[in-house]
Amino acid sequence: MEKQTSPQESPHRDPSAVFDPAAASPFLFAGGHPGWLGLAYRAHGEDWTELTLPWREDLVGDDVRRVIASGPIFSMLDMGGGMAIWTREKRFVPVATLDMRVDYQRPAGEKADVIARCECFRTTRSAAFVRGIAHDGDPDDPVATMAAVYMTIGNASGGAAKNG
Amino acid sequence: MAEIDRPDLLSNYARSLGIEVSGFEDGVPVLCVSGIDAIEGRPGHFHGGATSGLLETAGYAALRVALSENGEDAQLKPINITVQFLAAAKKAPLFAKARITKLGRRSANVTVEAWQEERDRPRASAVMNVMIQRIEPGDS
Repeated sequence: MEKQTSPQESPHRDPSAVFDPAAASPFLFAGGHPGWLGLAYRAHGEDWTELTLPWREDLVGDDVRRVIASGPIFSMLDMGGGMAIWTREKRFVPVATLDMRVDYQRPAGEKADVIARCECFRTTRSAAFVRGIAHDGDPDDPVATMAAVYMTIGNASGGAAKNG
Repeated sequence: MAEIDRPDLLSNYARSLGIEVSGFEDGVPVLCVSGIDAIEGRPGHFHGGATSGLLETAGYAALRVALSENGEDAQLKPINITVQFLAAAKKAPLFAKARITKLGRRSANVTVEAWQEERDRPRASAVMNVMIQRIEPGDS
């Protein structure tokens, strides 16, 4: 597995900047777990983001079928959920996932890329609520659905992102 | 225990993420992933997705061992997983062990905990339901 290092300059960590998921994605997905997964930005709206997880042999979870395992789908939904919060809030705020549930409706298609669409439908001073789906081409025929609660870390009102 | 032919406990995904079987406790596998770059979320910490991947893999591993000890071969499919993130996991070895709360004919219910230095201070826990499709010896 190739090693990737996090960039020193990360515009998304500038608390004064408006969070733009398209612009932040190259930095968010440059290294670490998201980089290892190979996540890519796909689309976004006011309060939602879409990410793509390209199929890869070493993300397969089943000996029989060549489908992406449930673990990487969970990771992508977790990441997409955080980005949906920042997109809705229009700024980067450090958050931590508190509780996340994923229901797996069916396996993804063989060698299919998986797409996650996550929507932050409510934020309070200290919590953010997200729902999302994962699909492999047809959003009306999801592979998985998710529901999650995230908590803001530290001084949320100040938007201090240094320990994000 | 050591003489039993153990089933393969790790998927491609789990191996690729760096998950290893670190040992067995009372016949239950303890899984571990070290603080490598592939698990990192915010700097110096595990990504929640990597933590969840370890929890889920530990759940499957415990089921595979239990089914193997019963002399059964089965395909396991995820139904759902709920993860509680209790404390940030540092970029250091993270362990996970599952407890099978129900092993039924068609599904299993499993709880899993992940910890670092302090065993009684788990970093995350999960509850999972898993579909079990047993493969009869005569099936091809």
